[in-house]
Amino acid sequence: RSCILVSIGGKNIMLDCGMHMGYNDDRRFPDFSYITQNGRLTDFLDCVIISHFHLDHCGALPFMSEMVGYDGPIYMTHPTKAICPILLEDFRKITVDKKGETNFFTSQMIKDCMKKVVPLNLHQTVQVDDELEIKAYYAGHVLGAAMVHIKVGSESVVYTGDYNMTPDRHLGAAWIDKCRPDILISESTYATTIRDSKRCRERDFLKKVHESIERGGKVLIPVFALGRAQELCILLETFWERMNLKAPIYFSTGLTEKANHYYKLFITWTNQKIRKTFVQRNMFEFKHIKAFDRSYADNPGPMVVFATPGMLHAGQSLQIFKKWAGNEKNMVIMPGYCVQGTIGHKILNGQRKLEMEGRSTLDVKLQVEYMSFSAHADAKGIMQLIRMAEPRNMLLVHGEAVKMEFLKGKIEQEFSIDCYMPANGETVTVTTNPSVPVDISLNLLKREMALGGPLPDPKKPRTMHGTLIMKENSLKLVSSEQALKELGLNEHQLRFTCRVQLQDPHSDTDTLHRIYTHLKSVLKGYTIQHLPDGTVMVESIVIKVSSSTEDPNTKVLLLSWSYQFGSDLYCLKRGFFF
Amino acid sequence: MAAHLKKRVYEEFSKVVQIPHEEAPAKKLRLSKPSKSAALHIDLCKATNSTDALQYLLHFARKPVETESVEGVVRILLEHYYKETDNSVRLKIASLLGLLSKTQGFSPDCIVDDAINTLGNEKSHQVLAQLMDTLLVIGTQLPESPAVRQRLIEVACKHLSDTYFGVRNKCLQLLGCLGMVDTPLTKDNEGLGISLGGVRDVQSIISDYFGDQDPRVRTAALKAMLQLHERGMKIHEIIYDQACRLLSDDYEQVRSAAVQMVWVLSHLYPESIVPIPSSNEEIRLVDDAFGKISHMVSDGSWMVRVQAAKTLGSMLQVSPQFLEQTLDKKLMSDLRRKRTAHERAKELFTSGEFSSGRKWADDAPKEKLDTNTVNLIASGACGAFVHGLEDEMFEVRIAAVEALCQLARSSASFAEKCLDFLVDMFNDEIEEVRLQSIHVLREISTHITLREDQLDTVLAVLEDSSRDIREALHELICYTNVSTKECVQLALLELLKNLNKYPTDRNSVWKCLKFMGSRHPTLVLPLVPELLSTHPYFDTPEPDMDDPAYIAVLVLVFNAAKSCPTMPALFSDHTFRHYSYLRDSLSHLVPPLRLPGNGLDLVDSRCGLGSVESAQLFLQQSLNRVSTIQNLEAPGAQDLLDFTIRDLRRLGELQTELAGAADFCATYLRCQLLLMKALQDKLWNMAVPLCLKQNVTATAAAQQILEETYKLEFLYSGLDSRQVATIHHVRLQAKALQLILTARTRQGLDSLISSCEKFLQDIESFQRLFLTELPHLQDSFVDKLLELMPRLSSCKPVELVKILQTTLRQSGLLQLRLPEQIHRATATIIEPTGESDNPLRFTTGLVVALDIDATLEHVQDPQNNVKVQVLYPDGQSHVIHPKPGDFRKPGPDRHRLITQVYLSHTAWTEPSQIEVRLLLAYSSSSTSLSSPSKLGWSDSIDSLPTPETAVEGTIPFSKPVKVYIMPKPARR
Repeated sequence: RSCILVSIGGKNIMLDCGMHMGYNDDRRFPDFSYITQNGRLTDFLDCVIISHFHLDHCGALPFMSEMVGYDGPIYMTHPTKAICPILLEDFRKITVDKKGETNFFTSQMIKDCMKKVVPLNLHQTVQVDDELEIKAYYAGHVLGAAMVHIKVGSESVVYTGDYNMTPDRHLGAAWIDKCRPDILISESTYATTIRDSKRCRERDFLKKVHESIERGGKVLIPVFALGRAQELCILLETFWERMNLKAPIYFSTGLTEKANHYYKLFITWTNQKIRKTFVQRNMFEFKHIKAFDRSYADNPGPMVVFATPGMLHAGQSLQIFKKWAGNEKNMVIMPGYCVQGTIGHKILNGQRKLEMEGRSTLDVKLQVEYMSFSAHADAKGIMQLIRMAEPRNMLLVHGEAVKMEFLKGKIEQEFSIDCYMPANGETVTVTTNPSVPVDISLNLLKREMALGGPLPDPKKPRTMHGTLIMKENSLKLVSSEQALKELGLNEHQLRFTCRVQLQDPHSDTDTLHRIYTHLKSVLKGYTIQHLPDGTVMVESIVIKVSSSTEDPNTKVLLLSWSYQFGSDLYCLKRGFFF
Repeated sequence: MAAHLKKRVYEEFSKVVQIPHEEAPAKKLRLSKPSKSAALHIDLCKATNSTDALQYLLHFARKPVETESVEGVVRILLEHYYKETDNSVRLKIASLLGLLSKTQGFSPDCIVDDAINTLGNEKSHQVLAQLMDTLLVIGTQLPESPAVRQRLIEVACKHLSDTYFGVRNKCLQLLGCLGMVDTPLTKDNEGLGISLGGVRDVQSIISDYFGDQDPRVRTAALKAMLQLHERGMKIHEIIYDQACRLLSDDYEQVRSAAVQMVWVLSHLYPESIVPIPSSNEEIRLVDDAFGKISHMVSDGSWMVRVQAAKTLGSMLQVSPQFLEQTLDKKLMSDLRRKRTAHERAKELFTSGEFSSGRKWADDAPKEKLDTNTVNLIASGACGAFVHGLEDEMFEVRIAAVEALCQLARSSASFAEKCLDFLVDMFNDEIEEVRLQSIHVLREISTHITLREDQLDTVLAVLEDSSRDIREALHELICYTNVSTKECVQLALLELLKNLNKYPTDRNSVWKCLKFMGSRHPTLVLPLVPELLSTHPYFDTPEPDMDDPAYIAVLVLVFNAAKSCPTMPALFSDHTFRHYSYLRDSLSHLVPPLRLPGNGLDLVDSRCGLGSVESAQLFLQQSLNRVSTIQNLEAPGAQDLLDFTIRDLRRLGELQTELAGAADFCATYLRCQLLLMKALQDKLWNMAVPLCLKQNVTATAAAQQILEETYKLEFLYSGLDSRQVATIHHVRLQAKALQLILTARTRQGLDSLISSCEKFLQDIESFQRLFLTELPHLQDSFVDKLLELMPRLSSCKPVELVKILQTTLRQSGLLQLRLPEQIHRATATIIEPTGESDNPLRFTTGLVVALDIDATLEHVQDPQNNVKVQVLYPDGQSHVIHPKPGDFRKPGPDRHRLITQVYLSHTAWTEPSQIEVRLLLAYSSSSTSLSSPSKLGWSDSIDSLPTPETAVEGTIPFSKPVKVYIMPKPARR
């Protein structure tokens, strides 16, 4: 499950609020008391962002908002907002009505929770408050899945949720611009996998279904109601259309119908092909796929049935499976992962005799196929996303530690950025290098520009002279004169002096004159003046001659220069080494 | 509905094409000329505020300015420019200057100085940018003066440091367009010092701006550099590094331009060696560039991806190992190497093992991978095409497929490798992509042999419901090589299945099997007994000869038998009978075979004889023989013509290459023959009432000749003006004949006078049209007429007819020169076949759609010219103009019309047949020969009805097909 807490620039944001499907007790939901100790959640969290509608990303939402108590804004995309309550309600029904649990959220709570949701559009920048802004990017994974870019001042975080870098039949590929966030929080379900091309799998799938239909067999495809099911439906639908096939395809009803309705509505969230053709025909208005009725399973002739749930552990898919298992012409195609212990897992491992409840056994004669249709980015996809976003730090979540270790090494080697992989409940602190904006006076800028070259090279830093004034909360860079004026200070000049003793029998003025003529002859290209007050100026360096009190032959040269003109001194030195 | 339909059809049928007479614009302009510049001046002076002035300028810009007054206008504009304080007005003036200097025939060198001067004290950046644009226009108008260019370049360099991006953009553009190509300027000017802003190499100046802070300027710099390249300047190799750096720019347009730049450089310096950063190795520049561009195939912006995928296709010099990496995608699962599905399929095939029960860990990874060797974000070219072909946008996928095609055509091994990927693309969700990949596979199919599993995937597409896809696939199978006899059998089976599912594909499937058979005779041989279901001991029942599937099998077998002499021994008796039947009925599909037995050898001898050269010779000889006719007496001449026509027609049938030419000559000679018959002595020496019957035949002959001449002119392509003149000449003769016959029947003087006038016009127009050809028409009918022209135009109609009669009878046959390449436009209606006995029933008042599928050959501009005619039994006829989208172009000079026509009629008691045929519409005004001359005189003789030139009509050019229909009365 996903539930990440980010503190950035003094703001606290919760990314996803998922639940664990494996537990039935308190461990099911995240421990919210951890966040606040004993305050109110609303005071502590600035906002909650939900990436997509899968329960491991949004399942704990009503619990948090209604039972724990949170009144702040919850952000999710429009499709997620539409589909999420359907899933939550379904989940509630199963736990409360079927398993008879108490102390669970009610339908009303789900409704109330949804009232707190603020919908997001793709690429729309939403100001949560004055400093915090969020922006959603397309993530592919399921309808309405989004990646979010969170920005406070100059610091930013990108959270990917689940995403998919290869387009499929109904969704496009994830995309993000070069936003260069401080941290990229990425899922890493397939951290160590590089997948085969999508087309191969699709073709295999279609071929198998087609062959079985031609033989007159029945095909059972156990699916979970949302996500992959729609993809497979479109795949089969278009194939039926292309090949002019007549065999019926059924979809077991339930929440799918409602969800399909939303799929039809949110055309902008789908892939290029569906977006382009929906005016002629909405791809989700299936021509060949009809609702399934229990009695159809006994109909003669070939058919394809999508039935829930996906792992054959209960419900309609299992019933149909039992009916069809005895005929070797039939086929079952498992399009996804099966948890150990389920019938799905057993038959995939080649078990041909299954023990059913009531000590009866079931001979499995039908063909069993496995097809992986998964919509997570593989290792290559993750790397590609990093390349797109160019983050300064990387954080991997939502995956197995061993696999993440490998990917971490790869990322560090390839991009030379730091990569973190915190365990549950662990906190990672990333120090950022915030850039501090400073106002600069226009005059100063213009003066500096005039000094060096026609145009400053934007890629290189440049040094300039100026005074930094910190006043209240703002920073200002102005020229020193202006700074003095503003602060009401007098200008002080720092001068360095130095005495040089010189053996010279001449009088002071003569010595000075000699020095003057000498310098004049040695240092060409510099302005050397003999001033009437008995000094020589070389650029800005003042030279005075006085005889020492003890020995008139020993002349003392007094050199004085200001701080900035060390370079002038250097040339003067050159002049003196006769 | 029906009424409406009918109305619409009639409207279309009776549409009159009017040629809009263009007003003479020259005259009007001349009238306003003196006031043009003056008016502008007054307008501008009148303008009290800037909005008014802008309005005047906008108004002014709408009208063209004639060449002579451009300079004056420019002066006035410039004068006003200096006075004007408003930026937008100055901007408009600047853009007008540019527009004006583009005026035809105006040389802008006189305004260069003024234009440059205006730059001097301009403060507004926008106006500056527009002025630079104007200078660019001026510069491109003056390609011949290097001095002006030099000045412009200097000006541009000066303004390159402007703070506004638009100005920098325009300056770079100017440098790109005008920078000196031939003389790089560095060497001789180095002494003067670069910092002085003096003359530098244009390239280094431009490349300085690759690092500009504004992405638009960076793009402009890259574009300017590309422009230089296009103008033939050799770009320095140093640019390569800079361009590569821009590949990772933040902005897509910069990246896109950088991809192009890198590509250009990779073509200029393919063999240079560049170091690989962070290692000591070095590789060729083209390989490096290839790797970098491959990387761009997984760019964030799809525009860049398309660009990159397209460019990859043309980098043919890249080394093979890099090329093959583009298809490489190491798979791994939980850190262990996994074989791709392609590899698995291949292994399965090579091991000969039939697919075992598939387990869910079927693709279980085997070897453990060393974590260090796995290169996730593969450097270089790795997997570029794998990404490209899986891209979200179909534009990228198409570009990738095309690139694959180009690369595969130049490298056989690569073709072999990319096969799997292309076959995968047959399953794309967008039809365009599928079609494209099928075409591509066909193009590279010479390099490859399909394995059985690949063929299987390919053939699965045969069931596609889109006709285009299926036909493309048939085309592909025609060119494919397969490896085993199982493949042949598989292909045959799938094709038969296809035939069963889509009977309309019949021809295409047969053709496909024809090639299949002739390509793989040895593979077909062992299959023959099975295919023909012969049995060593028993006689099997004779298959049904009308079964398209059986014909398909026979086509395959006979074509294989052509190069496999042992095969006929396996045939049973009825097979031989079927052979001779098919050889006659489907001669284009069944080759001549050397079969044992009587009479069949004849087939061989007949075809072996006619090579193209000898046929050509024969054609020429026939024509020469005909040319002697002038000297022969009429009866003998007629016989000779008769025979020659017969010979030519037969020749056309035998030698398809010469069919057009032979047909053309035959038709021409037939015209002559008809003319000759009509002019027989007997007719003309008798009194009119006595020979009424002959008169009627002669009139019919004249009419027929006219029709034939139109056919000659419009049905054949590849005619030159000489032949057209000859055709027109015959037409003129026919018209003369018509005139004489009208005169003889004496139907009143008025009509005679008008037809005489018309004829005279015809002669005139003939003269105008074929002025250049007249010398070749020495001693012909028209030649003589033209001599007599002054007399003809003044004399009375009766006298004119007399003259005509004598000239016509004296004039001889005009020698036809054999045209070079003549093709006759033909059309064959494939669908409907006209064989159906089941009438098409529909309710009267409603419409029924009839599918029409026809192939057209050698038809020019079919979208406009080809029409479908429907003839009802009651004599009603409709002409339907198919939509342009209904025409496809499968090959050069070939078109395919797949359309639907709507039929409707009132109720009939019995089903009856309607005829459907294709018409070729022509109008002589649209022919290229007459169009230029038409404008010349149409203004002078407007009052006269346009005679000859506006002839419009249609020629039926396909065999009519009968369709059985039955409109039922509507039920109450």
